[in-house]
Amino acid sequence: MSFLEVKNVSKGYGPPWKRSEILEDINLSIEEGEFVSIIGYSGAGKTTLMSLLAGLIKPDKGTVTLGGKAMSGPGPDRGLVFQNYSLLPWLTVYENVALAVDQVFPKWSTAERKAHTEKFIKMVNLTPATKKLPRELSGGMRQRVSVARTLAINPRVLLLDEPLGALDALTRATLQDEISRLWQEDRKTVVLITNDPDEAILLADRVIPLTAGPKATLGPSIPVTIERPRDRKCVSEDYDFKQIRNEVIDYLLKARDRHKASLSRNLVLPDIEPEDISRGRRLSGGRRGPVRKSEIKRENVEVEV
Amino acid sequence: MSAYCEISNLVKAYPTADGGQAVIVKDFNLRLKKGEFVTVIGHSGCGKSTQLMMLAGLSSITDGGIVLAGKELSGPGPDRGIVFQSPSLLPWMTARENVMLGINQVFFTASKRERAQIAEYYLSVVGLADSVDKYPVELSQGMRQRVGIARAFALKPKMLLLDEPFGMLDSLTRYELQQVLLDLWRKERITAMMVTHDVDEALYLSDRVVMMTDGPEATIGDILEVKFPRPRERKVIMELPDYQKLREYLIEFLEVRAHQRTPFVPQNGADATNIHSADFGAALAAF
Repeated sequence: MSFLEVKNVSKGYGPPWKRSEILEDINLSIEEGEFVSIIGYSGAGKTTLMSLLAGLIKPDKGTVTLGGKAMSGPGPDRGLVFQNYSLLPWLTVYENVALAVDQVFPKWSTAERKAHTEKFIKMVNLTPATKKLPRELSGGMRQRVSVARTLAINPRVLLLDEPLGALDALTRATLQDEISRLWQEDRKTVVLITNDPDEAILLADRVIPLTAGPKATLGPSIPVTIERPRDRKCVSEDYDFKQIRNEVIDYLLKARDRHKASLSRNLVLPDIEPEDISRGRRLSGGRRGPVRKSEIKRENVEVEV
Repeated sequence: MSAYCEISNLVKAYPTADGGQAVIVKDFNLRLKKGEFVTVIGHSGCGKSTQLMMLAGLSSITDGGIVLAGKELSGPGPDRGIVFQSPSLLPWMTARENVMLGINQVFFTASKRERAQIAEYYLSVVGLADSVDKYPVELSQGMRQRVGIARAFALKPKMLLLDEPFGMLDSLTRYELQQVLLDLWRKERITAMMVTHDVDEALYLSDRVVMMTDGPEATIGDILEVKFPRPRERKVIMELPDYQKLREYLIEFLEVRAHQRTPFVPQNGADATNIHSADFGAALAAF
């Protein structure tokens, strides 16, 4: 059995008469020390899947196990990083991280906890901002606090839920490099959820597409064999990288197309010219109807509905 | 070259508090052929959207002028269809009603039935056949932008103006909508100008990429011709050896040359830089 295992999991919301099935038949096995990216459209059910892994919600069907034990609720063995940082606004950077450390390591001495907290703030390069409040920080810095807080509790699995989604491209790139560096240092098991194919591939050992909801499910897992450490610039010109990206995007676009019913509808586009309304609705030459472009007045087009 | 749209010595300036002038755009000269797709790239705040909004008639022209299909532009009009970054739909109207609003204006001589057919047609080809009667709140961001595209095309404008239309979308939805736009554009061949800062988007969609220098006094720094044959398939053109070359050329401009103000001067009658390799055809045939 794998380290983190999801078996035949389904999840939906709402009463039976107005039910929406979000996830169906999700199967996922992740080995210890593996970095897996799950990539999907907005609204596909990515966050629902993450909440299931975190134990914040329970599946309707199926099981989620971590290290062979069934998950019964949230716990410090899984560390979550959210898109919106979720920092306590009245606490400083240090206090936000210390809060988690104090909770998870109550038996340590005060000095030990302090050293531990400071170590992780340093790890994300925020030592100069230790005493700042979240509102005094940029989005990228806030997300670093969130990453430090999560890593400090030393979770067995790191769950990243679109952690960089709200950041601009440049900050995003910097933090991607940082996540990559941190991961190489201690090789934790990581599940990253994102809608950015480049980010998914750059960071992960495996990329798994999540098809569009409702009833979203996971597609085939695509291994990323590009050697580490990966350099952003070289990687984007790498042939394998491009192949993987095309494969992922193709799969997702096709999966979405399958959702469309293949009923075709006959459409008519009248071949008429728009009127020049810059001088009001006056027509010259006693014309009443629109000007028709050609002899063929209509065009029939079939579209997929 | 017969120009369908001619932008001559376009200037945008605002008076400043000390009695001087803040010049945003200056010496902007561009001629577009009928049916051409041109994208404008540049750093945010360089004035590329200002230039587009002057073309739209939504921003006043300080100096210079724009001639579209033989007529000098003054003010906005339905002969230019605009797609904004935010879809800008009227929230109390359904997708269909939003599209019908413009159709009822410019096709007032047509029958009610024909006007309805036009709306139905464009909403269907952008992939909203099942959502025509939904309100904007019921639609995803990507679907709203589809309504925006349908609304612009439905007026059969002389020109299509797109102001970073996909900037707010996630990359997968962006790919899909680029496809929707390109399919529709190919059918109608409406002269189009699009502002973007996405280099790949510019290469995938356009015939020419206009590179703007940083403001103030932003102007055209260079123009690149994109000769990939149409219809284009993203996967195929991205694999072409020229694709990387063109891409690097654009990125180099944004990183270095955009900060220097050296207006682009067409040489030997050529109206754009041409850095495609000679064996372009051969490379393509390999696919």
